Amino acid sequence: MHIRRRAALGGLLAAALPGLQAYAQPSPATLLNVSYDPTRELYAAINPAFAKAWQAQTGQAVQIRASHGGSGAQARAVIDGLEADVVTLALQPDIDAISERAGLVAPGWRGRLPNGSVPYTSTILFVVRKGNPKGIHDWADLVRPGVGVITPNPKTSGGARWNYLAAWGWALRANGGDKDRARAFVAELFKHVPVLDTGARGSTITFAQRGQGDVLLAWEDDANLAVRRMGRDRLEIVVPSVSIVAEPVVAVVDKVADRHGTRALAEAYLRFLWTPDAQEIAARNFYRPTDPAVLARHAEQFPNLPTFTVADALGDWPAVQREHFGDGGVFDQIYKPGQ
Amino acid sequence: MPRSRPGLGEAPAWRGLLIGAALLLAAWLLVLPLLVLFVEAFSGGVAAFTAAVTNPDAAAAIRLTLVVAAIVVPANTVFGVAAAWCITRFRFRGRRLLQVLVGLPFSVSPVVSGLVWVLMFGAQGWFGPLLSDTGLRIVFALPGIVLATLFVTLPFVAGQLIPLMGAQGVAEEEAALVLGATGPQMFLRVTLPKIRWGLLQGVLLCSARSMGEFGAVSVVSGRIRGLTNTVPLHIEVLYQEYDIAAAFGVATLLAGVALLTIVLRAGLDLRGEALRVRGSQARLAVAA
Amino acid sequence: MRRPVLPGFGLATGVTGVYLGLLVLLPLAGLLAKAGTTEPGRAWALFADPRTLSAFRVSFGVSAGAALVSVPVGLLLAWVLERYRFPGRRLLDAAVDLPLALPTAVAGIALTTLYVPDGWMGRLLAPLGIAVAFTPLGIGVALLFVALPFVVRAVQPVLAGLDPEADEAAVILGATPWQAFRLVVLPPLLPAVATGAALGFARAVGEYGSVIFIAGNRPMVSEIVPLLIVTKLEQYDIPGAALLGAAMLLLSFVLLAGINRLQGRSGGRHAA
Repeated sequence: MHIRRRAALGGLLAAALPGLQAYAQPSPATLLNVSYDPTRELYAAINPAFAKAWQAQTGQAVQIRASHGGSGAQARAVIDGLEADVVTLALQPDIDAISERAGLVAPGWRGRLPNGSVPYTSTILFVVRKGNPKGIHDWADLVRPGVGVITPNPKTSGGARWNYLAAWGWALRANGGDKDRARAFVAELFKHVPVLDTGARGSTITFAQRGQGDVLLAWEDDANLAVRRMGRDRLEIVVPSVSIVAEPVVAVVDKVADRHGTRALAEAYLRFLWTPDAQEIAARNFYRPTDPAVLARHAEQFPNLPTFTVADALGDWPAVQREHFGDGGVFDQIYKPGQ
Repeated sequence: MPRSRPGLGEAPAWRGLLIGAALLLAAWLLVLPLLVLFVEAFSGGVAAFTAAVTNPDAAAAIRLTLVVAAIVVPANTVFGVAAAWCITRFRFRGRRLLQVLVGLPFSVSPVVSGLVWVLMFGAQGWFGPLLSDTGLRIVFALPGIVLATLFVTLPFVAGQLIPLMGAQGVAEEEAALVLGATGPQMFLRVTLPKIRWGLLQGVLLCSARSMGEFGAVSVVSGRIRGLTNTVPLHIEVLYQEYDIAAAFGVATLLAGVALLTIVLRAGLDLRGEALRVRGSQARLAVAA
Repeated sequence: MRRPVLPGFGLATGVTGVYLGLLVLLPLAGLLAKAGTTEPGRAWALFADPRTLSAFRVSFGVSAGAALVSVPVGLLLAWVLERYRFPGRRLLDAAVDLPLALPTAVAGIALTTLYVPDGWMGRLLAPLGIAVAFTPLGIGVALLFVALPFVVRAVQPVLAGLDPEADEAAVILGATPWQAFRLVVLPPLLPAVATGAALGFARAVGEYGSVIFIAGNRPMVSEIVPLLIVTKLEQYDIPGAALLGAAMLLLSFVLLAGINRLQGRSGGRHAA
């Protein structure tokens, strides 16, 4: 019995040790891309394509690791020491936070890659139940009595911030720029939200799988994926009269890449996102390519709707972030009782 | 041997009614959630289930979870025996405090159990700057996951042993010492056999919990696919990839561990009961 | 003859002390220290925020509700398990530990699947106008699952020690079964019931994994404190998260110390 037990213990240790070593030492040609939730499928396709291109070019094999989560949560993890070589997040303030709070990304990061560091864009669309039983066609329909709207929490989800800002931008346009009326609209909109998940993916499941609400506000890419994965016969996409240009951003995490000695690799990886190959993959995953030629090739899958940017509608990102999503900001006020 | 003790419920009608109500409640509150899990897991057929649990990311998650359990369970077992020994066998200042501390992790929110390690070893934490110089990584790597799991499952073995050893008393140990046994001999030959079933039950619960912890681990994991995702986190990943059947499929692995734990404990209880001194109050209170 | 002194005091206490010091005291001290770095004004603003207050109300209110419901259910299960012998008793006994062994996130997904309007339970309840998933009631269902084992496990040993002849005698002397239960059986069980309910409550207050799936997570309605902590963390408000964590920690500590007292009074030897 004693001998057996000792043997078992030895076996356990033997099994555990190689595991431990694997965790202690990252092999040299690995790259960690810390990203947000809806890009899982996108990077699952881009990573092997890049690895192949990199090996053809340099002869070096490379393994790209990916981590996905809520955009804010992921930025928080990087700040707290998750050793990302590159970050590909849902919106600018999340990379700004990494830059300002931890100094891991050098200031001016948006100028170092093409197009303000935005490799692909997206927009916010509606997903409704098949046949659109509630007749939801535009933003104004969202606040009709009896309409349940599903969106995640803008405080924790990047996608939800785009939802919120898209609604805000539409309301500004519809009310001739009247901020109070825009605010009243968004406040009313959030009164129609029965379930406030922490992330975009959670909201989609709540809507599609759990049958909550009548309309889901979603990234264009995620809306298409949800319809494909969870039933064309149950869901359909509605394109509103106007929406926002959602601009996910990417950056090399300078300090980490320098420490790992992966700067060249990290920069090549991000630059790869602007190549026709990667743009093609993005388009196939329903991200709007920034390369006009690739966009033109896929024009039929991207409805042509008028869009505005955050800068057009509300001003620059850091101010918008503070005013709307900061502690005690507009979103917090909207959720105060009695309003 | 199991003597039926009717007491209040002597009337068969009462007896039947109460047993029926208890079984119904247990079926509703405990069994139904388990059942729905297995039904959903196989809703996509056996092939989909097999594909979900043999996927490379799932395999990596299972490996990581087993490594974590292989470190956490022995450590907390040794600690549990030591804590139960000093708390039940000696009277000393600070004993009460020690006892409260042993139970504390149990009622600390799992989220806080993860947060404390980020505050300690995160890049912005108390020891963060120190660590970044050495290149040693704790949070968002295996050590952080192990620490968070250690914290969460710390009370399980001790919680089983403290009431058991408290009830058992020390007569046999004292007799062994009087007869000339050394400390280690006394422990191995007298104490260990006395507590082994309780110990095993604690170890089983500790194992199940160490493989299933979600909240604490999700704060310290970093969610790197194939590297720092444990099985519960991998379930969340699948769920968020809209692969609901696969999520339930992998979840049944953990539910299977839980079921196995329950069945083994039922078996152990049988053996424990046969050994138990009649009239002793050694029914086990759960961890904490 | 003098009773021999048991060996191992130094070793056992040393191991226990160092282990607890490194794994429990040190990190919790770090948490309190971090919380202490917040200026009093900001701390006050955090705890006076209606959303924070609402989260505490939801967490503590629903946990108390779940703990209360777990009392009759737990008493019934403990009674049946201790007093009767029937096929499947041992399995039922073991099944009581299921909530401890089943991962919380798995329980959360399973319960949500059960209680959404077209789930097995939801389908039965929807015609009655009862919505469980994504309401505070849903949080209650998840927390009842989590808290259930504690009353059962606390009551069982005490019930086993009670002589059934006492309540039998009461019935023979003309008491109704209910009177016999209330007057003879219940009083000695009360400290154990309170201990079990308090442990279940302490466990439920901090619960995260099983709740977030079923709660709906609406601020001011169904948002729990642990979720608020995660939200603070994700907004880079580390001191805020640490403050909320420290508040919960202190409440747990007070509660546990109270439970320990209670147990000390009811015989002193059960559980930590």
